[in-house]
Amino acid sequence: MLETTALPRKATLSPPLDTRHQVETPEGIDLPLRPAGLMVRALAFAIDLGIRGLILGLLFIVLAFLGKLGAGLGSILLFGVSWWYMVLFEVLNQGRSPGKQWMGLRVVQGDGTPIGWSASLLRNLLRFVDLLPFGYFLGAISCLQHPTFKRLGDLAAGTLVIYREQPLTRPQLPEATPLRPAFALTLPEQRAILAFAERQGELSEARAHELASILAQPLQVPAPHAVVALNGIARGLLGPA
Amino acid sequence: MKQSLFETSHKAEWEQFSLTLDRLERGKDASRIAGFPKDYRQLCQHLALARERGYSSFLIDSLQQLVLRGHQQLYRHRSRLGANLLGFILADFPRLVREQWRFVLAAGLMFFGSLISFALLVYLFPDLVYNLIPAEQVSEMQSMYDPVAGHLGRTAERAASEDWVMFGYYIMHNIGIAFQTFASGLFFGLGSAFFLLFNGLIIGAVAGHLTHVGYGQTFWSFVIGHGAFELTAIALAGAAGLKLGWALIAPGRLPRAEALRLAARKSVLLICGVMVFLLIAAFIEAYWSSMTAPEPMTKYLVGAALWALVATYLLFAGRTRHAPE
Repeated sequence: MLETTALPRKATLSPPLDTRHQVETPEGIDLPLRPAGLMVRALAFAIDLGIRGLILGLLFIVLAFLGKLGAGLGSILLFGVSWWYMVLFEVLNQGRSPGKQWMGLRVVQGDGTPIGWSASLLRNLLRFVDLLPFGYFLGAISCLQHPTFKRLGDLAAGTLVIYREQPLTRPQLPEATPLRPAFALTLPEQRAILAFAERQGELSEARAHELASILAQPLQVPAPHAVVALNGIARGLLGPA
Repeated sequence: MKQSLFETSHKAEWEQFSLTLDRLERGKDASRIAGFPKDYRQLCQHLALARERGYSSFLIDSLQQLVLRGHQQLYRHRSRLGANLLGFILADFPRLVREQWRFVLAAGLMFFGSLISFALLVYLFPDLVYNLIPAEQVSEMQSMYDPVAGHLGRTAERAASEDWVMFGYYIMHNIGIAFQTFASGLFFGLGSAFFLLFNGLIIGAVAGHLTHVGYGQTFWSFVIGHGAFELTAIALAGAAGLKLGWALIAPGRLPRAEALRLAARKSVLLICGVMVFLLIAAFIEAYWSSMTAPEPMTKYLVGAALWALVATYLLFAGRTRHAPE
């Protein structure tokens, strides 16, 4: 039989291997958010920096023809672009500056709700501190040591940079005749068998066999038939299509 | 209940909910959403059921995405600032300044204290100015406020069209300084203290030096008007920064990160007020202070009135309970 994997009562849970950040909603639902790490955020920032440079370059060329008026407008624009570019995009574009949009990121409050004016202003004003003493040194240190990768501005504003949810496509389950398992399955076992069936399209045939043959003995089938048996159980769990 | 049966019986509701979410996310057409909270709770129940019954990852993940989107729509933080700007300017901002009087006092003492004392020192011992500011900058400053030049401000030659240039310049320069003074408060308040003292010393040195060489009339009549807003704003920005730093030094019973988050929420409101102050200051500086037509006496009177206005505003605005809502 399978060895029990349940932890003894009062055992301390080992911290999860992934970086998911669970947010509990008032409805008692745990929503997992996936915080984005230093590298992908640095890339997003580099893209934003490039775009800002481009905007300023183009505008200054245009404004150069306007003379004095252009110089005045230019300094207001420089101010606007350097301090407000991020804030405007984050608040008006669902937490996504162009760089973040490109890298599939967004900024949210720590509880998963959209970011507002004051939080966005705060995290972007404190960027000045994250930049010190050179090239985002403090921001990078803070980001690397924090469990949800917050830089100092994020800490003060209580915000979080997460990966955006990607739309899911319905996986094709392999055809099989529904089977009833010989013994009762626990919930995690049930989930695992369903996940095996759903992911089979992404696995090579050899790998699927390798994985399934681990369960050949408890299922009491010869190893080559384990895949079919598991698919059958998955079908049976899912019910008639 | 088997998963496929569960899915087929609720599929229509989920698709309907997803369409409502699309509409809400685009921010348009808020009609026909009276049932939204109820639908959302229903969806949460479906997700909980799906998890409890061990349905497949695909179903749970897609329900989870819907719930997350619903959560973001239902529990969004309403920004109090944008909705109630007038109320903020008329009552909430001065109230906040008075509520944070300790930090405002500390920042004010650092900034105005260093300004006034160094101005006096430089006036009495003129050579001190060269310890702080390089000689060529001093002479540049001197030519700016030369009474013979006839125009004021950063350049000797200045026409009306240049007011606009300076307006832009002042906005960028001053708000930039205010932001720095605020943000560097994150270093346990040391950064804010540094910027407050440093700016106070520089301004004091310039004021003392120009008064000493006899350009006092042009200088003081130029700066007194917008100084009311500009200098107060810098001090307030410093106070906001000190508040951040203090939350880290003495977080009380909270964890430091939490104390910082709470302090920052108030500080950022102070900074919003500071920005309004600096916009007003830039406007006055570009269009009134630079005028040479009015007598210096008029400028002093207007300047004194502006100082009194700022003081009255910060001390008394919003004291009545039902201040403008």
